[in-house]
Amino acid sequence: MNATNSGVTTRTALAPAERATRLLGAELTEKSLRLHLEGLPGVDAVGLEQRAAALGTRSIKTTSKAWALDRIIELIDLTTLEGADTPGKVRSLVAKAVTPDPSSPDTPRVAAVCVYGDMVPDAVAALGALHGDPDDGLISVAAVATAFPSGRASLAVKLADTRDAVAAGADEIDMVIDRGAFLAGRYGEVFEQIVAVKEACRREDGSFASLKVILETGELNSYDNVRRASWLAILAGGDFIKTSTGKVSPAATLPVTLLMLEVVRDWYRLTGEKIGVKPAGGIRTSKDAIKYLVTVAETVGEEWLQPHLFRFGASSLLNDVLLQRQKLQTGHYSGPDYVTID
Amino acid sequence: MTHLTIPKTYKLYIGGKFPRTESGRSYEVTTPKGKFLANAALASRKDGRDAVVAARAAQPGWAGATAYNRGQVLYRIAEVLEGRREQFVAEISASEGVSKSVATAQVEAAIDSWVWFAGWADKYVQVAGTGNPVAGPYFNLSVPEPTGVVAIVAPQGKGASLLGLVNVVAPAIVSGNTVVVIASQQHPLSSISLAEVFATSDLPGGVVNVLTGSPAEIAPWLASHADVNALDLAGADALDWVELEIAAADTLKRVLHPEPGVPPRTLDRIVALTETKTVWHTKSLI
Repeated sequence: MNATNSGVTTRTALAPAERATRLLGAELTEKSLRLHLEGLPGVDAVGLEQRAAALGTRSIKTTSKAWALDRIIELIDLTTLEGADTPGKVRSLVAKAVTPDPSSPDTPRVAAVCVYGDMVPDAVAALGALHGDPDDGLISVAAVATAFPSGRASLAVKLADTRDAVAAGADEIDMVIDRGAFLAGRYGEVFEQIVAVKEACRREDGSFASLKVILETGELNSYDNVRRASWLAILAGGDFIKTSTGKVSPAATLPVTLLMLEVVRDWYRLTGEKIGVKPAGGIRTSKDAIKYLVTVAETVGEEWLQPHLFRFGASSLLNDVLLQRQKLQTGHYSGPDYVTID
Repeated sequence: MTHLTIPKTYKLYIGGKFPRTESGRSYEVTTPKGKFLANAALASRKDGRDAVVAARAAQPGWAGATAYNRGQVLYRIAEVLEGRREQFVAEISASEGVSKSVATAQVEAAIDSWVWFAGWADKYVQVAGTGNPVAGPYFNLSVPEPTGVVAIVAPQGKGASLLGLVNVVAPAIVSGNTVVVIASQQHPLSSISLAEVFATSDLPGGVVNVLTGSPAEIAPWLASHADVNALDLAGADALDWVELEIAAADTLKRVLHPEPGVPPRTLDRIVALTETKTVWHTKSLI
């Protein structure tokens, strides 16, 4: 491995990543990776935005809306990523994840809580017996790692960050890619880092924590770059591709999410393997979230609407969904006094 | 050069903006003799919902402004209204079918109402608040504070199209409440023109939100809305207002009963839309 910062060395062999060697051949080099990524067809930006806008106009009412609201809750990664996070704040976040609406006990639980790495032990302790796989109705713990949100740290620091979180009990790792390296054209370096972080997600028993790769699309400048970064993240072994950290504006947008879903669909057609997608940041209303559900169902199919294939990264979205849910159940509009203050 | 007639589009006033109703509906406003005057927006319950969101967002800022400042803003409304009295006289006389002098009297009374209520902004607390005698070494003070978001059914009848609206909106906002008001169904034009006055009078967007359309359709949604703190049914005498009060009771709203005609200017209307906060404070420790 010879990933250096001294520019692009095209003959560098990259770390073996199973998916990449399957697609690009056993002799994986920076050059073959570059040829693949830059050979991807360009994105029709106008068509993409038009398609996203059209998907956003669907009218979802009554029973479909009730179903959608519950499903949105089941797909939420309830998130707190503040410098001011305390163990108490994490405990109250977990309490909300377990019982989102105490006035309505049939409210489903969220998929996961998402916290900084050093808060993982608090989240795990607060969850207790409810810590587990969201597909079984339990709640998993996701941790952001690799010098989130900027990603500006040495690989050794990023790996230590990841291992710490996994050792503390995180089931999912949300890593950020090195946007600087990506924009400078050092695709191999980004690839190597994702492969290395994936390896750092390995637990002692040999199983892996699920790896979500944050592309931070708001900093990638073009849809073409988003498509390339999505392919790169999937080839390097990401289990999920995630739009944003939520710390950069614009965060998740419908066109970007649609584009990432299209890459996931192409990958599924090519290999039969299902990759997850997580839009995060800026999704605050149920109305917006329902647009995302429609987009998922229309692009990759309804089977993607489960916690191991689609997530919302959100903090304030849950309250709005609960208000809409109360409106449907009681027949009158509810207000912010009837949900918790985050 | 011939001059084209430019008919005005009367839209809603929500959050400091003039949106069309989300329902896309409108209804015809006519003179009492049935002559077409204008198309007004026929607001839906969702416009009501959006208006409550706007009113809630504006409430802390408006209540947090000093009483003196709120008084100045209300006085400013009177000033701007004074400058546009011709427009209001024309609208009222066309819509209500009254003479110019009757319409002028109504506009002047409305302007006077703004000045009257503006004066109360930094005085109603002294009049409505008290220092309570208690058996201990404490000061015990009760002060009125704004209740929050107030939904209002404006007076509907003749002679109330501007003055009725002013006499229910001004007492609500003077203490720091924000308002969602359903204007007179038959005479909505001057209420939307008044919204244009609000928009140019330093009144923060969202403090007053004006809906035009059917009170019978929208009022039940506002009465049951959990984020509305008080319900003023001044112009609801023709509606099933008992049902509205029952719906309002579910969330413990303050309720003002229907009041036929034009509600008079009273301090009671201001105080009725406030909550009383009582504070205990130790007297000197010496």
